[in-house]
Order: sequence, then structure tokens, then C-alpha cells
Amino acid sequence: MVTTFHYLLLAAALFTIGIIGVLTRRNIMIILMSIELMMNAVNINLIAFSNRLQQVTGQVFAIFVITVAAAEAAVGLGIVIAMFKNKETMNINEIDLMKW
Amino acid sequence: MLELVLFYIFAAIAVISAIMVITRHNVVHSAAFLGATLFAVAGIFLTLRAEFLAGVQVIVYVGGILVLFVFVIMLIAVERSVHERQYNRQWTIALVTSAILIAEIVYGLYRGKDSLSLPPVVPPAAAAAAGNSEQVGTALYTSYLLPFEIASILLLVAIVGAVVLSKKKTPAEE
Repeated sequence: MVTTFHYLLLAAALFTIGIIGVLTRRNIMIILMSIELMMNAVNINLIAFSNRLQQVTGQVFAIFVITVAAAEAAVGLGIVIAMFKNKETMNINEIDLMKW
Repeated sequence: MLELVLFYIFAAIAVISAIMVITRHNVVHSAAFLGATLFAVAGIFLTLRAEFLAGVQVIVYVGGILVLFVFVIMLIAVERSVHERQYNRQWTIALVTSAILIAEIVYGLYRGKDSLSLPPVVPPAAAAAAGNSEQVGTALYTSYLLPFEIASILLLVAIVGAVVLSKKKTPAEE
């Protein structure tokens, strides 16, 4: 019997893997992919509770999360391309224009 | 029983591919494993009887966002970044922090496990008769019409922003 608890544990695992990716990697593409992983974990949570409570509200919100993920990917990859044109790198440690 | 087996198969694929995404040196390999994770999550949605969301996951995530990632990887040089150092200097601190985080989440979930075992919810007869896509569509276009429109404006702004960020400057602007 698969319970909501199983799904919440899976979502927690995926979310933590995403956080590890954001915190440890230097390649900006992989950081963006890790953010997508975290959004997926949130979607699993929303849909698990939607299934548990037999209401579609969770699924509607999952659709909004996917919309935001698509917008975020478009803008983020636009920034990556603009950055690559200026500095020829994907390494986030070399992007320090606004640090002081 | 079948449900449990399917859940464990999809969960294992999702978690293992997710670990591969954040450990591969080559970005193209990471993108491929991200695709595997997204497909496995679509399978998880199917075990939760959210067929519409599973379809949206495959079409929008794998067919849209992942292809966008692969396009950008194609546009920028991959070879040089493969040979660079892949991990930050503070990776030990990051791992310790993440371990504390997962321990906290699992402890909290475990303590609150009983609150998840609500009495079984009986779906309304009308909802049971309608398909999943129909239910989602009805909710989206009636109760959540305003958020839906705002989401479309968000997408429009994102499209314009992406074009502005990545277009070439005309001579007049320089």
C-alpha cells in the first residue's frame, strides 16, 4: 500500500538532491537543472495531497508551478546566453561583476 | 501490490537519475539524466491518478524545457567546461547543510505521520463520473480563472524578457 508518506519522502529526497546540486556545482546549466528538480519535488507533494484529499486543487497549482518553471527556464537560459556572450564562461565563480 | 512495485521502480529511477544529474561532468549527460528523472516523475503522477498532469509533465517539461536546455548547451561551448573544476570549494559545508535539512524533513514527516492518515475521503459522485482532465479543466476555468490569466501574462513577460536578454544589440543602441 503506497501512502502519502511514501510520496512525501520521495519529494524530500528529490528536493534535497536539487539543493545539493545548487550549492555544490559551479556550472550554471547544472544549477538551473537542479532548480527544475526542486520544482518537480514540489509538484509531487502537491499531487500526492490532491490524490489524498480527492480534490483537483493541488493539480491546478501543479500546473501553475510548471508554468512558472517554464518562464524561469526561458529567462534563466536567456541570462546564460547573454553571460556567455560577455564572459565566454559557464563557471559561476567567474561571474562576480556585482560582488564587492 | 502492483501499485507499490510501480512506485518503487519510478522512485528509484527518479532519485538515481537526479543524483546522476548533479554529479556528471558533461552537461549533455546531465540533461539526458534530467530527462529520465522527468519521465519517472510523470510515472509517479500516473500512480497518483493525475493523468492530465503526467501528460503535461511529458509535453511541457521534456518536450519544452529540456529541449530548451539542450539548445542552449548546443549554442555554448561544452568542451572547456568539462575540464574545469566541477565543484565549489565549500562543497563539504553544503553537504553537511543538506544532510541536516533532509534529517529535519524526514524527522518532521515521521513525527507527523499520524496526521496524514485521515479518514478516507469519498469523492463526490459527480467528480467520480468525470475524467481527470475534465475535473482539472473545470477547476482551472471556473474557480482559478484569474490565476490562470495571470499565469499567461507571466509567460508573455518571460518570452519578452528572454528575447530582450539574448538578442544582438543593433548599431543604434551601441
